[in-house]
Amino acid sequence: MNNKLYTLFFFLVVMFTASIVQAAQPIKVGALFAVTGPASFLGEPERNAAQMVVDEINRAGGIKGRPVKLIIYDTQGDATRAVQAATRLIRQDKVTAIIGPSTTGDTMAIIPLVEKARIPLVSCAAGIKITEPVKSWVFKTAQNDSLAVTKIYEHLQKRKINKVAILTVSDSFGSSGREQLKFNASRYRIQVISDDTYGPKDTDMTPQLTKIRNSGAQALICWGTNPGPAIIARNVKQLGISLPVYMSHGVSSKKFIELAGDASEGITLPSGRVLVADLLPSSDTQKKSLLSFISTYQKHFKKEGDHFGGHAWDAMMLVKSAIERGGDSPSAIRSQLEKTRNFAGIGGVFTFTPNDHSGLAKDAFVLVKVKGKDWTLVR
Amino acid sequence: MSHMKKEMIKFLLFTAAVIITPLFFSGGYLMNVLVFVGINTMLAIALNLLLGFAGQISLGHAAFFGLGSYISGVLTATHGFDPWLAMLIAAIATFLMAFLLGFPILKLKGHYLAMATLGFGIIVYISLNETVGLTGGPSGLSGIPNLQISSLLFDNDVKNFYLIWTFALVTILLSTNLANSRIGRALRAIHDSEIAARVMGVNASFLKVQIFALSALISAVAGSLYAHTMTFISPASFGFNFSVELVTMVVIGGLGSIYGSLLGAALLTLLPEFLRTFQDYDIIVYGLLLIVMTMFMPGGLVRGIPGLFGALLPKRMEGGGENA
Amino acid sequence: MDIGSLAANGFSWYMMQHQSAQGDSTSALTLSSVKAVSMNFSHQIVQYLLSGFSTGAIYSLIGLGFAIIYNSTGIINFAQGEFVMLGGMLTYFFLTVAGIPLFASIILSVIIATATGVIFERLAIRPLRNATPLSLVIITIGGSIFIRGIAMLVWGKDTHAIPMFSGTEPLFLAGATILPQHLWIFGITILIIVINKLYFYYSISGKAMRACSYNRNAASLVGIDVRRMVLFSFAISSAMGSVAGMIAAPLTMTSYDVGVMLGLKGFCAAIIGGMSSGIGTVLGGLILGVLESLGAGLLSSGYKDAIAFIILLLILFIRPRGIFRKAETERV
Repeated sequence: MNNKLYTLFFFLVVMFTASIVQAAQPIKVGALFAVTGPASFLGEPERNAAQMVVDEINRAGGIKGRPVKLIIYDTQGDATRAVQAATRLIRQDKVTAIIGPSTTGDTMAIIPLVEKARIPLVSCAAGIKITEPVKSWVFKTAQNDSLAVTKIYEHLQKRKINKVAILTVSDSFGSSGREQLKFNASRYRIQVISDDTYGPKDTDMTPQLTKIRNSGAQALICWGTNPGPAIIARNVKQLGISLPVYMSHGVSSKKFIELAGDASEGITLPSGRVLVADLLPSSDTQKKSLLSFISTYQKHFKKEGDHFGGHAWDAMMLVKSAIERGGDSPSAIRSQLEKTRNFAGIGGVFTFTPNDHSGLAKDAFVLVKVKGKDWTLVR
Repeated sequence: MSHMKKEMIKFLLFTAAVIITPLFFSGGYLMNVLVFVGINTMLAIALNLLLGFAGQISLGHAAFFGLGSYISGVLTATHGFDPWLAMLIAAIATFLMAFLLGFPILKLKGHYLAMATLGFGIIVYISLNETVGLTGGPSGLSGIPNLQISSLLFDNDVKNFYLIWTFALVTILLSTNLANSRIGRALRAIHDSEIAARVMGVNASFLKVQIFALSALISAVAGSLYAHTMTFISPASFGFNFSVELVTMVVIGGLGSIYGSLLGAALLTLLPEFLRTFQDYDIIVYGLLLIVMTMFMPGGLVRGIPGLFGALLPKRMEGGGENA
Repeated sequence: MDIGSLAANGFSWYMMQHQSAQGDSTSALTLSSVKAVSMNFSHQIVQYLLSGFSTGAIYSLIGLGFAIIYNSTGIINFAQGEFVMLGGMLTYFFLTVAGIPLFASIILSVIIATATGVIFERLAIRPLRNATPLSLVIITIGGSIFIRGIAMLVWGKDTHAIPMFSGTEPLFLAGATILPQHLWIFGITILIIVINKLYFYYSISGKAMRACSYNRNAASLVGIDVRRMVLFSFAISSAMGSVAGMIAAPLTMTSYDVGVMLGLKGFCAAIIGGMSSGIGTVLGGLILGVLESLGAGLLSSGYKDAIAFIILLLILFIRPRGIFRKAETERV
């Protein structure tokens, strides 16, 4: 009896020490975000969200009792810097997985590196090239732009609109949207009759819009990130153009309504569910994650969490869940990531398979509309 | 003659230093940064030939770098050319383009030349962005193959280091010889007073165009090397900001000094790595460093560092310092 | 779009009218497009011109800042765009964050931006009187990065909106629509140009500055305090830049990094105008604005900046010292 107690006690002590020793060994995860530079609208919320997730994980006792150390480098949205930073994460910091980068360009630049070093990468960029064709070590959390385009085109079809004008920003976000808009149009019997772009730093888009007004288009689709679309919304109002205006998920935040003011009224766009989390039915599988993300983000940064931050939240949580299931070696993380099923994140419900490393279906987007200076759900 | 000898010794010492560098850094991430130092050294020296020797400003040199990169990248990734052949085509095409552009553009002086080169840079940048079918547009061009010599594929940092530094060393050697040749003296004459140089029988405008084209050629080769090292390129790396960064490398390093350009390129490439500890503040520190360095070392690092040492060292050392 | 769309555009309104006359559908959407189509080609051109003039006016003010500093110091001040940014961001800060009335916010913003310009000159430019022009360019680039960094730190990376000075109801003018803010832009730009002209031609210090720009040594020989004039030029330029920033911001919105592009455009305006601190640069700015807007509307929106720069290059090749520069005034 006594002997047994001693054995148990001894056993517990050993377990405890072992866990302490293990706790001193943090799991190192690398992160690359375009925190400064032209893509900082992506990088900053992503950096915030990733750091927030890691802080919360560590506060709750880490992953399997081991703390997570997140090493974040700024890529400035520049491919050269992204490569240097990724090399540093792999060689010097010896991370076990990398989340980010924020932009498709940065991601494409470091893919050869992570493939060769055999480190799992969960990108937060949207470009379709990232996961098509499938690369064994590369995953992504941001929804494909084609999903957003599909959402808009389905709505247009319902409204019997078949001639559209597109106005896209001439950076990688806009050019990817433009490509998908043109590529998918014929499937919905839609004709792109006016195809214009504007520069990311342009301050007046009335010339393009004047041209569009005279093109005979029945709807305007604008693809960009703040502040361009807000300027466009105001210019549309100034010119008295009464076409229905659609925009991209690039401006799905309260910030857009703040910038565009009255001009935002009636604009429709595809968005991740995060924007309208409180409007979702409680049966929605993502609702719990969404509300927790929003309230935690609000608590940490006194700001509203947007779906860009959500990409990093998803990336980090996917890595966490992979480590919980299969250990912290890069190859274990990779194979567990690939086995992720029905993971309800911020961007959607993820199911990775060996043939699909982007993991989201079309229902990752909902259509939202500005009404009374707030977002409402279009059903 | 003895001057040339001194230059040769300097060059050989530096070559030796380059050869042994991977012994200290191989496996570390700094090896990767040093690869880019090599590329930027070539670019800075190319620009210095124009800026420091011929006294002609260019705020659009990233365009030649970008043209080299993209010609090489498109020919290999899209059309399956051999990388070496692509590099050669890129170099020749960029050289010819610069040569033709040089005649009208180098008639301009001072800030008008600055504006024209800046405009050229922006036109190239926009074209790279807009010709989506050819270049892949703003999302970039991927799948560019590495360079290869028979079975030796340049696919890691150490191999790329030796490859790129071989080119960088050749650039240094060529430029040193050029600077000390008759052409170099004629260039310096143009720099000091173009009218005087003309009077002395220097065909100033043709010489300027030649240097402009040579400078573009070196930049294009650096661009090809960059494309084949990175295997991915996007227009964002070839914008106005990078043109300005190149000018900064040359001026911070020391106008008209080959090894100054090397120092400038090394400093500005390594600096962001050291500034990472400042995180978001790095932009402020960077701006401040530019101001302070230019204020206190107006002649650039290459003249400024010895100057600083001179100020720090005790007085009695100064006399003996001459021969050191 | 390709170049061919130039011709296509001219006829598009006709085509559209023809199309809608067929009355293919009765939906509200088609009705709205009929209304849109009723604007004809000449109205379109007026709209392009007005858009071009309003952006061009901003470029002019920034360009004048470049020219004034260049003429008194020989420096191309690449930090000029940052004062435009400061104008917008400071106005945003006082108006929206601190809740100070518009007029007071504007005065405060101009004062602070001007003070920043003066401090910049005292700390970074004046100590280097003998530096090469290139070193000075690098210093102004450093200063620009520094000011931008501070702004990013203080106000964050977000874009901010400023309310229009007087309402958002569009006005109709010769078939085109503009906003009351455009009138503010035109009015204030003209006012500044007039004041600028009066200052340089009728005040003692203005005349002294002109003297400096012709010949600094001679000016100092006749007792002009050249250093003071340099300081003045920085003060005037930063004040002008900040005003440009604040009158444009209600239309264009503002963020810590708007200065780079606007600065380049202003530089371009000054070059077309031959670096004159008067009407040449103003015309240069307007030409640039109109070229961009016509380029975007008639040729290709993607290449519009390239079109503007190609024309700039051609202008420089034909007239290497700008369009509006008299041949004899060479300043070395």
